[in-house]
Amino acid sequence: MSDANSKIIPIAKAGNGGDGGSAAHRQLKISVLRYNPQEPSQPPRMQTYPLEEADGMTLFIALNEIREKQDPSLQFDFVCRAGICGSCAMVINGRPTLACRTLTKSLGAEFTLAPLPFFELIGDLSVNTGKWMRGMSERLGGWLHMKEPNPDLRRAEQKMDPDLADKIYELDRCVECGCCVAACGTARMRKDFVGAVGLNRVARFRLDPRDARTDDDYYEVIGDDDGVFGCMSLLACHDVCPKDLPLATQIAFVRRKMVSLGWS
Amino acid sequence: MKIIYTDVLVIGGGLAGLRVAIGAKRRGHDVVILSLVPPKRSHSAAAQGGMQASLANVIKGQGDTEDIHFEDTVRGSDWGADQKVVRMFVNTAPKAVRELAAWGLPWSRVRRGDRTVIINGQKVTITERDEAHGLVAQRDFGGTKKWRTCYVSDGTGHAMLQTVSDQAIGAQIPVHERTEAIALIHDAGRCYGAIVRNLITGELVAYVAKATCVASGGAGRIYRVTTNAVICEGIGSALALETGIARLGNMEAIQFHPTGIFPAGILVTEGCRGDGGLLKDVDGHRFMPDYEPEKKELASRDVVSRRMEEHIAKGKGAKSRFGDHIWLDITLLGEQHIRHNLREVFEICHYFMGVDPTKDWIPVRPAQHYTMGGVRTNHTGESPDLKGLFAAGEAACWDMHGFNRLGGNSVAETVVAGMIVGEFIADYCDRLDNEVDIPTSLVHDFLKREQGKLDTLVDGRGTEDASAIKAEMQDLMTAKVGIFRRGEDLQAAVDELQRLLVRSRNIGLREKARGANPELVTAYRVQKMLKVALCVAYGALVRTESRGAHFRQDFPRRNDAEWLKRTLASWKGEETLPSLAWEALDVGTMELPPGWRGYGAKDYVDHPDTPGRAADVDAVKAKMADASRFDVQEALMPYDELLPEPLRGRNERIDEPMDKTCESGK
Repeated sequence: MSDANSKIIPIAKAGNGGDGGSAAHRQLKISVLRYNPQEPSQPPRMQTYPLEEADGMTLFIALNEIREKQDPSLQFDFVCRAGICGSCAMVINGRPTLACRTLTKSLGAEFTLAPLPFFELIGDLSVNTGKWMRGMSERLGGWLHMKEPNPDLRRAEQKMDPDLADKIYELDRCVECGCCVAACGTARMRKDFVGAVGLNRVARFRLDPRDARTDDDYYEVIGDDDGVFGCMSLLACHDVCPKDLPLATQIAFVRRKMVSLGWS
Repeated sequence: MKIIYTDVLVIGGGLAGLRVAIGAKRRGHDVVILSLVPPKRSHSAAAQGGMQASLANVIKGQGDTEDIHFEDTVRGSDWGADQKVVRMFVNTAPKAVRELAAWGLPWSRVRRGDRTVIINGQKVTITERDEAHGLVAQRDFGGTKKWRTCYVSDGTGHAMLQTVSDQAIGAQIPVHERTEAIALIHDAGRCYGAIVRNLITGELVAYVAKATCVASGGAGRIYRVTTNAVICEGIGSALALETGIARLGNMEAIQFHPTGIFPAGILVTEGCRGDGGLLKDVDGHRFMPDYEPEKKELASRDVVSRRMEEHIAKGKGAKSRFGDHIWLDITLLGEQHIRHNLREVFEICHYFMGVDPTKDWIPVRPAQHYTMGGVRTNHTGESPDLKGLFAAGEAACWDMHGFNRLGGNSVAETVVAGMIVGEFIADYCDRLDNEVDIPTSLVHDFLKREQGKLDTLVDGRGTEDASAIKAEMQDLMTAKVGIFRRGEDLQAAVDELQRLLVRSRNIGLREKARGANPELVTAYRVQKMLKVALCVAYGALVRTESRGAHFRQDFPRRNDAEWLKRTLASWKGEETLPSLAWEALDVGTMELPPGWRGYGAKDYVDHPDTPGRAADVDAVKAKMADASRFDVQEALMPYDELLPEPLRGRNERIDEPMDKTCESGK
């Protein structure tokens, strides 16, 4: 069992597995931090929506119901609604996480939703993580730099140790939801900080023997305070990562490698 | 008026669109990708189980070849597929896996020596070969004779999307995120790009291009119960349809996946059954062997879904307050396997249901999953009706899936079609007579027309509620155009959908913002979705036979004599029904003439040409008994010249080393 798995804490039977439902549903009060930059005359405000809870209700279901029945202007992002695409990260009761897989049952009857901080606000709960992630990736060279750019595709693939493939996938599980950056102390102070998501990308390509880059190349892009030396080891990123990525160990490891390079 | 010019406009930033873009860009053409969402959030990420390619690395895949992948795919399609396209696909799939490996995809790899697997409910020890150690591994999937599905744990689509999206960033391909094509620009039978709405600001911009490629995925959200992401609304297909020129193929062919978690419809992968998971009823009885002794849980998806519903209809479903369901039992696979190889499944069960699948059974019921139909294209990916319009991936009817797609063939199609269609688009753009020659006044007319439609929605006096219409459509499709179809239900659905379409022309908005406005988006999309839904329902009504996923209770037999043909739907102006036409499949050129699939119903009506073609095929095979499989294949149905030149050639395997297979002039 990898250490990432051990982070999944058993939760109470919260869902709808057919185990009988409660007869009376709670009346929820959902407070949403609202602001639309396209309409700057309307200042940011909290708006509270009453909603009757349903069995197995997720925030995906709740917010869509509010939008359909109460307020067609409410902005938020969902795509897969299955916890795998990373679109719906928001701050729920002060903690960044994925909304689609958050059951209302796991929250009190009154709770607050706010957009992720740090990222450009599109409106209400919708933020432009995609734009930031693309920029970060362009800065870091966040793609595999092939040693052999034109392989003969008719020939067998290069072999790879099965354990190494698994280790690379472990880091590739990142869904770029932005929770780690939203929870990051350094990102508050340094707008160009690459964040745990960026450092995890570098850790991933460092592991990959197919990548042509060396540690010197990585030092060029993360060997400063906007990179790995900006991290203050507060590690909220690790705590909030919805995919339980081993961010603490990865950042520490990359920093050790970069420090030794900086000294040599 | 703002116009953006580019060589290639790709609509959709999922795997197919990204790979098309990379192909065209490599050949020196400028490309812009439009995407509703950041590309890594596309629905491609939801493909969990894997990608079929006949690499034959694992011992249970030994002996696998393109030939067997071809036959499995054609049988899976219930002979609805274009067999030459299937051949192009199966020959390119191994190359696609190897390209992705070179691009950094962390494919799960073969480990030498003994390992314990679950086959048919029993623990079995198999031994992987030394020479396979470190090569890309394969797992079992429904409807396949060999273990052929290459995978990355159970996050294959996610990992593929990361890798391909990263390479697109590396290739400096711009992705215009949060933009939506709302109409295609076309004139005199040629497509010139699209009118595009910025979802943040509401601004309309014209994108003018030599070639336009629809790669916008499926239309699952025309159904209420679907595994599809909320962005899979069939809009790309609707754009093609609304030209009045391009046609959609086989829209009635809709796949239902056996294991949507109940009742949310979220997918748990076919890998659960591929790795040995079992389907059980209210009594805990494993019922699939009773219906399908040959393939059991691993018959094709259409067959397994129907058997599950059939069993529920007999009163054998497990009861819950949301209705009846079946149990998926993967506990026998063991905690280590589930937490390692079926990790997304573990997370989904954990977070959405509070179920621990290492100990508890998972409640499942079939849910809409895949749109086999789409923009009809020829083998190059181009519409035969509207020049310069291409389509790839789920949005296309290319047509390699016919009436049922095999698990593992969808993400495979995205990258394979991306490779092939990307080359053909580049060829198209290379030709001087395909330069953009459209007057800007015409572009302006299109933009003005689309702006007018939006203005009517925002400023008009309509009274209908867009989300209510959408919900009615979704309920109707799930209730009446589902797994089991009957003429009277389909007729009722068509009638009601037409009424909804008329009502949708009178939508009024509560929210009047011209910029970001979710209600406006629902309004203009539901008008398009209803047209797609009508193509599905009307096509299903008229097709009086059962084939693949299209099952008519009142016409339960596959009828090759009358229906071995592809439905083509087009839409004229303000009509409320599509115009249907049919394109016959030519039995006389089929490498694999129609027959029994090897699972499901054995009862079908032959096409008059089938016995003759079958005899010809047998005669060729008998005559060439000593020839190589490649020569036999070429004698039966040559296809090599259809592939782009750089993608031709054989595929190396452990048992077919390069020297023997690849040096013979291919």
